Amino acid sequence: MLDSILNILPDLNKAFFETLYMVAISLGVSLVVGLPLGIILFVTDKGLLFENAWIKQIAGILVNLIRSVPFIILLVALLPLTQLITGTTIGPTAASVSLSVAAIPFFARLVETSLREIDKGVIEAAVAVGATPWMIIREVLLPEAKPGIVQAITVTAISLLGYSAMAGIVGGGGIGDFAIRFGYYRYDNTIMLTTVILLIVIVQLMQVIGDGAAKAVNKR
Amino acid sequence: MIEINDVTKLYKVKGKEIVGVKNVSLTIEKGEIFGIVGYSGAGKSSLLRCLNLLEKPTSGEIKIDGISITKLGKKELREERLKIGMIFQHFYLISAKTVFENIAFALKAAGKTKEEITSKTNELLKLVGLENQKDQYPSQLSGGQKQRVGIARALANDPKVLLCDEATSALDPNTTKSILSLLKSINKKLGITIVLITHEMEVVKEICHRMAIMQDGEIIESGDVYNIFANPEKELTKTFISSVIQMDLPEPLLKNRKGTVIKIQFKGAIAEEAVVSELFQNFRVKGNILHGKIEYIQDTPLGIFIMELVGEEAEVKRAISYIESRIENLEVVKQVA
Repeated sequence: MLDSILNILPDLNKAFFETLYMVAISLGVSLVVGLPLGIILFVTDKGLLFENAWIKQIAGILVNLIRSVPFIILLVALLPLTQLITGTTIGPTAASVSLSVAAIPFFARLVETSLREIDKGVIEAAVAVGATPWMIIREVLLPEAKPGIVQAITVTAISLLGYSAMAGIVGGGGIGDFAIRFGYYRYDNTIMLTTVILLIVIVQLMQVIGDGAAKAVNKR
Repeated sequence: MIEINDVTKLYKVKGKEIVGVKNVSLTIEKGEIFGIVGYSGAGKSSLLRCLNLLEKPTSGEIKIDGISITKLGKKELREERLKIGMIFQHFYLISAKTVFENIAFALKAAGKTKEEITSKTNELLKLVGLENQKDQYPSQLSGGQKQRVGIARALANDPKVLLCDEATSALDPNTTKSILSLLKSINKKLGITIVLITHEMEVVKEICHRMAIMQDGEIIESGDVYNIFANPEKELTKTFISSVIQMDLPEPLLKNRKGTVIKIQFKGAIAEEAVVSELFQNFRVKGNILHGKIEYIQDTPLGIFIMELVGEEAEVKRAISYIESRIENLEVVKQVA
């Protein structure tokens, strides 16, 4: 048994870094795009800084649209876009495109939720002070929602880890794909178990780090 | 300083119109502490929030220092708000920022430089007595300390007006006292006009110069705090006053009295005069004091006594008319049988 694990080690190692690569890129993109989107979803709501029913509706529908498509379908449907952006439709970089697209609305909704938890009075107090909306976003909304946003990053990262298993469809590689190909299709329980344990360890690690970070930034 | 001109605020809830504030007109003078009293739902909070346009009045005009704020554009309104401080029942501090940063936030909003912000914030910390807490987070503070931060933040840009939205309602009696005396000293020292709303008559009695009572969105009575305490007209006003000045006699006690029971109210300087002792010198009546109290409102005494006069009927009558000639507020609670 040890032998077979040692045998797959180089492959597993490669898969590990592919996973890391895909999760890192798509997490990065979803933060950069999803955070502003989440803020937009929140501040355009009724009675808030940039109340705007149109933008709120359009952003909301767009987010729901992407979120309702099963990832495996999104992965295939986005192949033209992937080709356009990365110049290829296979490999971890290509897979990162659809992973990002799936993660953006997911993360945006989580950001919106954590912004919603801020006491409206705190926002109102900032308005009463005479602060500009931009200043309120930067100095009130984001700091107050920080613990929630850190949690959202953790949840998104873990979800991305799960989704990345499906990246195998487009040859994305990664641990999940590795588990399916070697463990599931070849009925190799040792490999299956090893990869699953590895995934469990990674998820645990992400959660612990995420929780720690959320606690560190929480001043409430 | 503040002119409220026929302001009405209507809310739409599920298609139905609900009246928040109804045709309120009020003038608040520069440098005074003005209290608006009412039960929850009376519209006092809506009215206060109209003063810095957190709520936009449905109709009417509000002028602050000659500027019609109901007509300002977004940017001008923001600039005007720098000059209108506000504190809240639940403080509403930014929990992710330290005490220092919370106060600095208001100065940043006014576009002050870093040096200005640091020196002004330190000055404000001193004013509210929180120099030692400047690096703490709001969650580490007591309620009273949080409200002090709120006050410092509200005063950051040297406002002309300070609005207090039930500022002491979440605090215990001792802390309430200390916050009220802080507000009082700020009013004196900085000459800021303070408008506060409360359901606690005690607060009004403690620090307000003038007051208004609100019911169902309307102001039903307003005027000098002392005069309202001495001569309340509306039923609701009387109820509010009796919450701080309890003067009712127990029913059985009143029943067993053989003489005439009278209630005398001494106002101002007269409270210090020896009307009662003169009464007993000049008339052949005996008096039992059943209840007595002198309240100081705005440092002016307001005395209330309930007395039983025992003696010949004619003498008692003459004694009463003597008191009537000296004191305007006399009430015969129980005539002799």
